[in-house]
Amino acid sequence: MTELKFALFIGCTVSVKGLNYELPTRRIADKLGIKLVDIPEFSCCGFPIDSIHHSSAVTLAARNLALAEAQGLNIIVLCSACGGYLTDVEKLFSDNKKTEEQKLINEKLKDLGYQYNGTVKVKHFARVLYEDIGFDKLKKLVTKPLKGLKIAPHYGCHYIKPSKIYDGFDDPIFPQSLDKLIEITGATPVQYRDKLQCCGGGILAVDEKTSVKMVKQKLDHIKEVNADAMTLICPFCSVMYDEFQSTVESTFEKDYNIPILYYPQLLGLAMGLDPKRDLAVKQNQVNVRPLLEKIEEIRGKNNVKTT
Amino acid sequence: MTKKKSFLKEKPILMEDLDPSFKFEVAKEPGGENIKRCFTCGTCTVVCPVFSVNDQYNPRKIIRMISLGMRDEVLKSDFIWLCSGCYSCYELCPRDVKITSLMIAVRNIAVREGYIPKPISQSIDFLEKSGRLLEVSDFENIVRLKKGIPELNLTIPEIKKVLKKTGIRKAIGNSDTDD
Repeated sequence: MTELKFALFIGCTVSVKGLNYELPTRRIADKLGIKLVDIPEFSCCGFPIDSIHHSSAVTLAARNLALAEAQGLNIIVLCSACGGYLTDVEKLFSDNKKTEEQKLINEKLKDLGYQYNGTVKVKHFARVLYEDIGFDKLKKLVTKPLKGLKIAPHYGCHYIKPSKIYDGFDDPIFPQSLDKLIEITGATPVQYRDKLQCCGGGILAVDEKTSVKMVKQKLDHIKEVNADAMTLICPFCSVMYDEFQSTVESTFEKDYNIPILYYPQLLGLAMGLDPKRDLAVKQNQVNVRPLLEKIEEIRGKNNVKTT
Repeated sequence: MTKKKSFLKEKPILMEDLDPSFKFEVAKEPGGENIKRCFTCGTCTVVCPVFSVNDQYNPRKIIRMISLGMRDEVLKSDFIWLCSGCYSCYELCPRDVKITSLMIAVRNIAVREGYIPKPISQSIDFLEKSGRLLEVSDFENIVRLKKGIPELNLTIPEIKKVLKKTGIRKAIGNSDTDD
């Protein structure tokens, strides 16, 4: 079997707000034998400035890709927006003919000592679990299945859309990968209204009011089906649902108390990793202790049954 | 009924105020290429999660305004900054107008004309300063060391050089502080 080795692209949001995403990811990668290489020179992916100056944004992305290419590595991303943007530029270079745009970008990079030749593949960590690791291997590591837990999957947008850049690994209208990944943990993925709705993070900086309303819609729909928690795979979605849940609660005078777990945290729990030490649950804004207690309680009952 | 009333109160659109070349300008911008394919079906607006909570953002209307040539009204507007970039419309548009990319194209033009929301322009300062959009401090590295994961570079100074090369300051019409 070929060794699974990737450059880990952490991105801005995870660097500052997502230890509870990065740490479990690293712990799980260790267990699965995925080698993650850190490239300290990685910068912002480019996506946030695409709206301001497209050519600066693609140049930043190409520089990041060139850094991975120089080490002969493909990239794993944690942030779906980083993933989307880097994949966009990956595709821009996948055409072997040297296009005008490719030439222009490389001209700018040349003076800084870089060149990008279009050989890097970018994948989201969840996609790597789904596609490259596979269910059999994951199942073997699930020693403490989360039976009886109802988890609402939040796919977010850039993980699967625009679908034309993602090689059809999942369906953009009826995606399955995250539901299946939840099933592997022993938990039940629950279905809810407007499951694919956007978190609103893209406009938080310019119109907080609107984005908070978008968060409320989602939380309402998840509340309707009595999910124990939501699981997601993008740090900005987490900012919206975890960090801003209290804002939604105070704005609309309504309690939600929906714990928001990154998928690697959920999988980590099912693998028996330590919630504090390995999964950094203290970083989660909505208190996850009641959820952890519920898991223990269910396990206790199951143990009684089996003994 | 009240809706109809407010529609009648709206200012008429005068032909002489329009810039019919605007749609061609947008079509030339990366991402805006397919604008002229729009047949105003409204799928984009129906599936838009932003529109569902704030009707100020109406992609069909924005595209119509561009096609009519309402250049100033579009470029000066706040609403072009309200697309959350979710790609719902992009996936479902029957004419492949690529609306998410189109909004980015329009914003790029607006920025060159000097229209840029403050929080957005501030992101450039952050990026030049640290190479990231959020600042990594010593605190993050202390925690990382404790957890046994690699430290982060506090800044990536090279990014300032990259952005100078790509001319982002020139594009937004202000020059670098240490020029």
